[in-house]
Amino acid sequence: MSAAWPWLAVAALGAYHGIDPSMGWLFAVALGLQERKRAKVIAALFPIAIGHLVSIATVVAAIAILQSSFPFAILRPAGAGTLIVFGLFRFLWPRAHPRWVAMRVNFGELTLWSFLMASAHGAGLMLFPILLGMNAPTAMPGMHHHGFAMASRGDPVLKAAAVVILHTGAMLAMMGAIAILVYEKLGLAILRSAWINLDTVWALALVAAGLLCLFI
Amino acid sequence: MALWKPDQTFYPSARMAMSAQREKLGYVASFNPAPENGGHDALCVLDLDPESKTYAQVVGRTEVPGVGDELHHFGWNACSAALCPYAPHPHIERRYLLVPGLRSSRIYIFDTKPNPRKPKIVKVIEPEEIAERTGYSRPHTIHCGPDAIYVSALGAPNGEGPGGIFLLDHESFEVLGRWEVDRGPQYLAYDFWWHLGYDVAVTSEWGTPKMVEGGVVPDLLLGGKYGHVLHLWDLRKRRHLRTLDLGAENQMALELRPSHDPTKTFGFVGVVISTKDLSASVWRWDRSGGDWSVKKVIEIPAEPADPSVLPPALKPFKAVPPLVTDINLSLDDRFLYVACFGTGDLKQYDVSDPAIARLTGSVRLGGITSHAAHPKGGTLNGGAQMIEVSRDGRRIYVSNSLYNAWDAQFYPEGIRGWVAKLDANPNGGLALDREFFTGFDGDRPHQIRLEGGDSSSDSFCYP
Repeated sequence: MSAAWPWLAVAALGAYHGIDPSMGWLFAVALGLQERKRAKVIAALFPIAIGHLVSIATVVAAIAILQSSFPFAILRPAGAGTLIVFGLFRFLWPRAHPRWVAMRVNFGELTLWSFLMASAHGAGLMLFPILLGMNAPTAMPGMHHHGFAMASRGDPVLKAAAVVILHTGAMLAMMGAIAILVYEKLGLAILRSAWINLDTVWALALVAAGLLCLFI
Repeated sequence: MALWKPDQTFYPSARMAMSAQREKLGYVASFNPAPENGGHDALCVLDLDPESKTYAQVVGRTEVPGVGDELHHFGWNACSAALCPYAPHPHIERRYLLVPGLRSSRIYIFDTKPNPRKPKIVKVIEPEEIAERTGYSRPHTIHCGPDAIYVSALGAPNGEGPGGIFLLDHESFEVLGRWEVDRGPQYLAYDFWWHLGYDVAVTSEWGTPKMVEGGVVPDLLLGGKYGHVLHLWDLRKRRHLRTLDLGAENQMALELRPSHDPTKTFGFVGVVISTKDLSASVWRWDRSGGDWSVKKVIEIPAEPADPSVLPPALKPFKAVPPLVTDINLSLDDRFLYVACFGTGDLKQYDVSDPAIARLTGSVRLGGITSHAAHPKGGTLNGGAQMIEVSRDGRRIYVSNSLYNAWDAQFYPEGIRGWVAKLDANPNGGLALDREFFTGFDGDRPHQIRLEGGDSSSDSFCYP
């Protein structure tokens, strides 16, 4: 059971990113409404997912490179510090993201938009404690997280790819389900009541991820 | 401080905004017509709650510290455009009113939150800052956009052109810079708005500061030198796309009212005067088959009059020009309201089919020769001018002053300021509210903005 939880966390974070309207489902719904075609909603989901995937993959790859170059004892506090600082930045300047004014977007532009939004929000960074845990030295004294020890077995490249795909798959599934539900059934009036300030939640999640690093 | 839930005055679509609750307050930009005597302009607060004891009265009045600013148009820091999908920030508050002085180029920022009846100036953007960072002067229209606050400006600090658009940060109100990357042949500026679903902006033309600040210049008017062209822009690349020329005889293409529905591509623009016959007109632009075109849909003829009752500027013409100086479109894109500052008419047209404007109502208030009376206000001067339509489309508020130097040419006796209200029948028809009349002694009221938003304050990204 314990071996499964890093993977569950990867999927859960994907689902969480899928819920956030500013990560893409709302754009997909808007593009569908603009032409009153459900097919447009669905077609928009894939470039958005690809952009998200590229953003996550970049961060995962960067972390993997750092992990191969620096010892765990340095990476852990450095990563924790980065996450906490970035989380505080997101909390204080929640709307510091790329300026984008364009409703008419092609596949490539929508992919780029999604990449920029995910990157600016630090979507990939949020995975840091999980990646850190997965690759934590198995024989570290005082460590009791056998799940990580088990998870850390196997080809690191394959594992990194699995993290990226699982995360994005969960994000796509959640984003797609919400987009279709809102387009077909709920309508956009739901935004007025249900759109809680995810910027704040997101900032707190980054800080929490930073703190989590210190306990892995 | 960010909100936990979206600002409840933001609506995804114009259709949804029509279900908003009735406005209880209105804000009116008013100027002091005799700045040489040291009087100040003011942002006035109108009580619009019929349950209130002070209904239809000015219940708040915040003077600006400057003299001779000429407050004119203004707008909110944030609106429904904050819900746009590509840069959403719905937890910002609709709270600040940005009020430019059209003459001074100063922008006053009022906070309406602690006490909505007593707006407080919290920041002033000086003309030097705007000039330095944008090259522009004489700020006019304010629209809260998806990514920033957009402001149009009539011209350059030296009173010439070109006019254009500049941006303000929507949180710090810092002047970000000039908007245009490539302005093409555009030189004159006035109003602007957009079709957010198509990434297209539209701008209109009045004249440079030098052409308007001393009053209408007859030679320029008769020579067809005032604006008569619409400009279409790529909103995203900030590049000029093309021009739609209404013809040089159609002088001063002013207020732009694009469809609130972002899936549509039509909109309306009012033309003040034709040099051919003094008529006024409204034109509809649209894109069909990928190509933009513009066509006249309303023409309002001049009314013959005895020269002895006309102001000097009009005596030679023996007629009252209607002077369409403002138009406004209801949020369902169904009714277009047209104000005739010359005759005093406020007209309602059904534009359900935007290619055909069907007159469904008309009320006359003031007017150069008619001085049409209000049961509560007596004989009026000035004419129906700035129009604002409530979000539900039921109530129309109208003020009677245009622009100080131009007021003096058409109403040389001086204008007594007022705001009146009309009731619109949802199926067409317009009736004067005989009980609602607000006099503005000494102040000249211009644009009216309604609490929570109105039919010209918000932009929508969803149909």
